Parts: sequence; structure tokens; C-alpha cells
Amino acid sequence: MKKLTALIMSCIMLFSLAGCNKGAGDDKNVTVRFLNFKPEIASVYNEIVQAYKEETGVTVIVDTAANNTYESTLAARMGTSEAPTIFQINGPRGYANWSDYCKDLTDSKLYSHLNDKSMAVTKDGKVFGIPYLIEGYGIIYNEELTDKYFALSDKNTDFMSMDEINNFEKLSQLVTDMQKNKDKLGINGVFAATSLKSGEDWRWQTHLANLPIYYEFKNNDIDLSSDATKEIKFEYAENYKNIFDLYINNSTTDPKLLGSKIGDESMAEFALGQCAMVQNGNWAWSQISGISGNVVKEDKIKFLPIYTGVEGEEKQGLCIGTENFMCINSKASEAEQKAAEDFMYWLFTSDKGKDYVTNKLDFIAPFDSFTDEEIPTDPLAREVIEWSKRADVESVPWNFTLFPSQTFKNDFGAALLQYAQGTKTWSEVVTLVTEEWKTESAKL
Amino acid sequence: MNNRKLKKYSPIFLGPMLIAFTAVFIVPFAMGLYLSLCKFTTVDNAVFTGFENFKAAFTDQNFLNALWFTVKFTVVSVVTVNVIAFFLALLLTRGMRGSNLFRTVFFMPNLIGGIVLGYIWNLILNGVLGTMGVDITYSASYGFWGLVILMNWQMIGYMMVIYIAGIQSIPGSLIEAAHIDGASGFQTLKSIIMPMIMPSVTICTFLTLSNSFKLFDQNLALTNGAPNRETAMMALDIYNTFYGSVGQQGVGQAKAVIFAVIVALIAWIQLKITRSREEQM
Repeated sequence: MKKLTALIMSCIMLFSLAGCNKGAGDDKNVTVRFLNFKPEIASVYNEIVQAYKEETGVTVIVDTAANNTYESTLAARMGTSEAPTIFQINGPRGYANWSDYCKDLTDSKLYSHLNDKSMAVTKDGKVFGIPYLIEGYGIIYNEELTDKYFALSDKNTDFMSMDEINNFEKLSQLVTDMQKNKDKLGINGVFAATSLKSGEDWRWQTHLANLPIYYEFKNNDIDLSSDATKEIKFEYAENYKNIFDLYINNSTTDPKLLGSKIGDESMAEFALGQCAMVQNGNWAWSQISGISGNVVKEDKIKFLPIYTGVEGEEKQGLCIGTENFMCINSKASEAEQKAAEDFMYWLFTSDKGKDYVTNKLDFIAPFDSFTDEEIPTDPLAREVIEWSKRADVESVPWNFTLFPSQTFKNDFGAALLQYAQGTKTWSEVVTLVTEEWKTESAKL
Repeated sequence: MNNRKLKKYSPIFLGPMLIAFTAVFIVPFAMGLYLSLCKFTTVDNAVFTGFENFKAAFTDQNFLNALWFTVKFTVVSVVTVNVIAFFLALLLTRGMRGSNLFRTVFFMPNLIGGIVLGYIWNLILNGVLGTMGVDITYSASYGFWGLVILMNWQMIGYMMVIYIAGIQSIPGSLIEAAHIDGASGFQTLKSIIMPMIMPSVTICTFLTLSNSFKLFDQNLALTNGAPNRETAMMALDIYNTFYGSVGQQGVGQAKAVIFAVIVALIAWIQLKITRSREEQM
């Protein structure tokens, strides 16, 4: 009898362990799981889902992937019973990887509100990813410092205002002369450190590289949805070199030491007034204003387009686009998919949701449900909106969503570092970029 | 209790372990083997492709470079870690004052996680190299020796403790007898201590060998392959393949299988060799 009890007891213990996982798939209590890309706003999302739960009773669980680990986190979660219902892809290349999991959103309510339908990720006329925020980047400058330079009596240029800077030549003159006068301006260099530590080099191997690639595609009338993007000549490599040289040679940091610099340090240098310019996007405002000892005033932080010396660039604007495309997991249950769509629709169309989006998430939302007044208050986001509305300039789209892979970007970044350190020539960098683009594209 | 009665109980005692072992080792391992022959994004959507992945892995120059770099690193760090740890152990078993404090201090680096260690050493090494106007990403040899230093710093204390245990288990009478017979310090070391601690040597070389070969977090935090993937070890290369390129998860998995086979093979050979020497004495 004792033996039997022992056997039964151990069996019960085993099964009760196995049973712990059950109970999540209840139809009445649908749970939406959202894998968030931006760790810096994770707490806002938690507020949002709480408000949503109070209003509708639907539970949304927000999971956040740590910086630079979105793809790996997504891959790990997708295989489990707690797979995300809402996730995001970074564009056509991301779609190639996750096509099995992306629900067709052509008929979704949210898509009908999208301002610029061409921004969505599509395949064969069907929509699979809806952009949910717009971002812009360029050269951020501290107007106080540039004004200080313009007021110098012994400067070597005739510029009196940043409005005069509208091509690379002028930018280069301005920057080199500012660098010469850095002691008088009280800065360590014009540009913040070009952070080239691996994993921190995305501002150069992705964002800056967008410009030459954009011009190459545009110049050759490349159909961006075709396979013609699988090879590049890197025609505008010299232009890339122009601006990159300007960055590393007129900076707070010796080019040889850039391999250990991280993005946060660059932003801190800018916030503390140790440099006048830094290349980054509107998301950087929260970072700058959050640094203790920040001296950059809200009305003195401005954007300048990244000029690289391409003909006609006087008409070039900021790089405006997105790499945040919302997708719904097609392998989730019907009820979950619907609940997920409802949640996103609520977030971007209801008054409460929109309030969170503009005032707490600081998103520039690309939907017609937002009026012209419903825009974020942060100064950089407002600058982006202003630049995008200017009739005399044309914004540069984010073509880097067509970059073949993370490996390509990482290798490009590593080569840039070696170039900065003087252990690789520029022509070697160019060769690496074209070849790596080809080999990585072949894997798609 | 007779044998038959005992046998009846075996499922109760072995069962839970067997289930756990199957669930967390055998099943994932078998799945891993299968996935290395597939093209997949997650485990759910695998499509069988045969040996394509292995072909891609063996023709990947980065993988072969990583293999060579890992071998070099392993050889150097196994030798340095064990030699230094052994002599530290000898030193700290002489009954000098403060031995226990030193043992604790030497052991402590082992308690810090690899990522944290990597970042700390990144700062230290960059600080040192900074005086020459460069940093650790400047040359692959800086990264290599940086990793060796880091590995030594972390592993020596642990190996030292094992060696100390080995040395302390040698009967004092043996050493005393050797002493009376007129053996010099070196002779005692060579003919008494060394053979007596062979079991410790087996354990220590096995641990350093497999730990060096599988090194990942320290590598990620210290150099992350810089410059230009030249200091990427195998584990890091597998990780980069898996997550770095679209549709390359299968190749990454194939590399991981190759990696597992190599590690198992080396460990097996090494065990054979040191075991046979243990038996001789």
C-alpha cells in the first residue's frame, strides 16, 4: 500500500509540474503579447496597456527586447507558446526573414488611416507591415555654439547664420574653422566622437550610409522592390568619405581611439556642450535632455541635413522614414489576432491612445487620425516635422531598410573603424562594401 | 531487501532524472541535429535542405578563421592558466601567513560574470593602450592577448583551488620520506607531487580546455570580434551567423553542431591521455 501511495504521489507531483503551463489559451480572456523594440519607452507602454485594460478588459503584455537584441529575442520567443502577437520588422529585409509569421494587413482598419500608403511593407500587392512612427535624422547642432562662432571677430569665414550652410563645401569650411577656434568656443571639437565600437556604429554603417545608397538608387532609377537592389557599385563612396573624414578629423576624439567610443558618450558630449554637432535622429532628444548637467536649450537645438558633396544637394532635406513596421503574428489564434489589431487601432485612433502616442511616446505618427496639432512637444521631433513640410527641400527616404543584413552593417562598421585607425585604405573599404553587399544579398 | 524488490523501485528513483535528462538534453540535442539540416527562422517552420548548411559552413572563411583563432587561444590559455595556477597552489600550501586570504582573493574573479569582466578589462586595457594612442580594436594581437589575460585572471583562482586540494591530499609521510631520502625540492616536485596530483591535472586541463574553447561572453564584451572579426572565436561566430544574416539560422546551427563535435572530440582525447597517465602511477 505504501509503495502504491508513493508511486501515485510522485506521479501527481510530476503531472502538476507539467500542468503549470496550461490555462493561458482561454478564449474569453484573450491575451495580446507585444514585443517592444524600444527599451527607453518600455515604461510608457506599460502605462498604456494598463489604461487599455481598464477601458476594454483586454490584457496586453508588453515584452521589451534589450538594445540590439530584437531579432534574437523575437526568434527565441516565436518558437514558444508565448509567442508575440504583435511584433515589428525593420523593412523588406526583415520581412524576408519573418514572412511566414506576418499576417496580411491589407484590409486592416489601421492601414486605411496610413497617410502615405507607399511606406508600408508590401509583397505582391499585399500589406504585411504598417509603419507606426516616423523618424528623422541629420546633423544635430547646438545653435548657441554656432552663434558664438558667428560672433567671433577673427573667424576665417563669412558665414553669419546656419541658414547659409546648404552644401558640403560650406559645411566643411564652417566646421574646419570652428575646429580651429575650438578653444575660444569652449568646446573639445566640433563633432561628437564618431562611436565606432562594434554594436555602437549604426549611426555610420546604417544611417550615414543611407545617403550614398539613396543617391545611387535614385541616379540609376533602381526599382526598390526588385532584385536590382542586390548589387551596388557604391558610386557615391567619395561623398561618404567626404563627410566621414569631416566627422573624424574635426571631433572631440583622436580617430585612433574611436573603437572604444559608444553612442551614449557622443550624446553626453553634445549635451554637456563639449561639442557643437552630432549626427543623430529625433529620438536623441530624450537622451540629451536626460543627461544630468545638460546645457543644450530646448529652443537652441536644431537639425541640419547631412551634406556629402553631391550635386544639387542644396535641395536635400533630412533623412525621414521609418524602420518600425508593425506586424501581426499570423500563427496566433484568430481571437488573438483580432485583439491585437484592435489594440493597435485603439492606440493610434482613440483620443486616449493618441494622447499617449504624441505626448508620452513622442511618436510622429503617420496616420490621418492625427491632426496637425497632435504632434510631439520635443524640439527635435518638431524640427523633423518642419523640415518635412518645407517646400524647397526634398526629404531623403530611409533606403537602409534595403541593406542586406546585420552582418553587412557590422562588417562595414568594422572596416570604417580600421579606416579611421589607419589600418585600412579607403579603396579597401569600398571593395569590402560592394562585395559584402553582394554576398549577403545572395543569402536572401 | 533483495535485488528484485530494488528493481521495482528503479523507475521512481531513475524516472524523474531520466525524464529531465530527456527533456532538457536529449530532445534539444536531437532537434538541434535535425535543424542543422534545415532552413528555418524558428523551430516551427523548418524546411529540410540536407547538407547545404554544412557546405556553407565549411566554405565560410570567417568560420575557419574563428576556428584557428580559437585553437590558438585555447592552447595558449590552457598552458598559462594551468602553469600559473599550479605554482600559485604550491606557494599557498607552504603554510605561509595569509594563505587563506590570498586563496580567497585569487578565487574571487571567478565569481564575477563574463560580460562584466569583459567590460572591466576592456576599460583597463584601453586605458593602458591609450597611453600609446590606440585601443584594443587596433590590432588582432591586442585582442588576442587581452583575451588571454582576461581568461587567466578569471580561471587561475578556480584551478588553483583544485590544485591546492590535490596537493593537500598528498600524505605528509610521503613528502617526509622523500625529504629523509635526500630528495631536493625539484625532485620532490617532479617525482612525488606531480604524479600524485595527476587527477587534479586531468580535471583542470579538461575545465580550461573546454572553457577556453567555448568562450563567448568575455569575447563578446571585450572585443566583439574587432578588428574586422579577426578576434571572433567560434561561439561568437556562430552567434553572428545565426542572428546576423537573413535566413542563415540553419548555417549557424550547422556550425554549432560542428563545434559540438570538435569540443566532444578534444575532451575525449584529452581525457584518454590524462587518464592513462593516472593509471600508471
